[in-house]
Amino acid sequence: MKYEVPIGPIHPALKEPIMLRFTLEGERIVDVDVIASQNHRGIEWIGMNRNNPVQSIYLAERICGICNFCHPSCLVMAVEEIAGIESPERAEYIRVIQGELERIHSHLLWAGVAAHELGFDSLLHYVWVVREKVMDILELVNGNRVTKAIIMYGGVRRDIKEEHISKIKEMLEYYKQAFSKLAKLFLEDKTIKMRTREIGILPYEEAIKLATVGPTTRASGVKKDVRQDMPYFAYPDFEVKAITPDMLTGETIGDTYDRIVVRLLEVKQSIEIIEQALENMPKGDILAEPKIIKVINQIKKSEGEAVGRYEAPRGEDIHYVKLREGFEYLYAWKVRAPTYINILSWRPMLLDMQIADIPIVAASIDPCISCTNRVIVVKGTEEKILTAEELHKLSVQKTRRLRR
Amino acid sequence: MISKAFKRALWVFHVNSGSCNGCDIEIIAALTPRYDVERFGIRLVGSPRHADVIAFTGPVTSDMADKVRRIYEQTPDPKVILVVGSCGISGGVFHESYHLDGPIERIIPEAKCFYVPGCPPRPEAIIQGVIKAWEYLEEVEKK
Repeated sequence: MKYEVPIGPIHPALKEPIMLRFTLEGERIVDVDVIASQNHRGIEWIGMNRNNPVQSIYLAERICGICNFCHPSCLVMAVEEIAGIESPERAEYIRVIQGELERIHSHLLWAGVAAHELGFDSLLHYVWVVREKVMDILELVNGNRVTKAIIMYGGVRRDIKEEHISKIKEMLEYYKQAFSKLAKLFLEDKTIKMRTREIGILPYEEAIKLATVGPTTRASGVKKDVRQDMPYFAYPDFEVKAITPDMLTGETIGDTYDRIVVRLLEVKQSIEIIEQALENMPKGDILAEPKIIKVINQIKKSEGEAVGRYEAPRGEDIHYVKLREGFEYLYAWKVRAPTYINILSWRPMLLDMQIADIPIVAASIDPCISCTNRVIVVKGTEEKILTAEELHKLSVQKTRRLRR
Repeated sequence: MISKAFKRALWVFHVNSGSCNGCDIEIIAALTPRYDVERFGIRLVGSPRHADVIAFTGPVTSDMADKVRRIYEQTPDPKVILVVGSCGISGGVFHESYHLDGPIERIIPEAKCFYVPGCPPRPEAIIQGVIKAWEYLEEVEKK
């Protein structure tokens, strides 16, 4: 007999509002449906109707509190390309360092949440203690623990000073030691292995078909990383290589365990990148144009469209921006956050699994629901489900409208 | 003194009503060993029916307004609301958006709210908010 289990939008296993509807046959999951939009805040609308482009940077930060550097940098990249603003070399290096610090904090946060979902709470607490070290550095450099408010059109707002560098190096040493312990705890522990090996498999073909991004796709063996394929900021200097689990374990299965491996290795990679960046950071200005009014005027005068691509901790983030001459706000702004794509992979991962596997498999893509809820179709109280053809038609219409 | 202070180990139910995660990760940071509020018996619980305090984050989107109201009704008395973050107070950066029904006080006007401003507030500030709620609940109990 089939029965349905709804989970969410408020549920202790979910930290964010989203609704999942499972169809079950006994313990076996036969169908998965995701109902989103509980977290829709109308951010793009605000950016197109209320905020000037500089205010929109701080709004973009609040798309997601965890990856609050990647969204504004994505927006800044797109606008800089249209307006022809070039940022100084030193600023590009600081951006790289900030991005990698964020990756360390985000991956450790995820590791803690994953341990919690497995019922391994002492590991959650251990990982979050380790994570506090990078939070201290973020606070030292930015003045705030979570939101950074550091990026600006044409550079960054705060410099990394001499006294910061020694502190950051100290942190990197600490993480190098913590890494071996974390790797041992996560990869050799029998319970974690039993709960994650061969659970929630996303095969290579499915990963390609669903166009998943970030660690989720790399764990399935797809060598895809924006820092490698289309390097931005100062990344061309670092030769980042996409990380796949076979680098450590010698094989790629695409299960939850592999996703842990990829994220742990990425923490190590981030440490190496920061080390190199600190060594090679050139001297000079950090902002191309310190007067904000001038920047706003320059953006207001420019016209065109561009796409910003950024490798966020969860995968590729895309911002499409269109500017029109004399228009005060962003003329068009579209955010495609990584979880938006990755969430679709829940279905192939969860089919034929058990109910008890839902939390860890759902957490294994590192979902960020606050990033995801961008689109909503509401007309009165009428509920309507759009078919693929209708959606395609709507999409074509929107493209035409934007082109006009 | 100690037994009096530990009489009320506050249990908190956390609801994300459309927040950006910034406050949510700071709430968890307050629970983990660096700040460690669990030593006072303050912990997150899985059901509003077990809770003394409901911690709301986020500006309350239209989809969540009804759920926020229902959670408040399910929590037994005496109860207080802890609003974590600026957007729960005024809408924050999201004010004027078309998909907000918030802030919290517009949805549950009769509730006793304690506000922790900040975007996001530091874990220390969240702990202070919980202590304010704690003092209030002790006063209610005395009466």
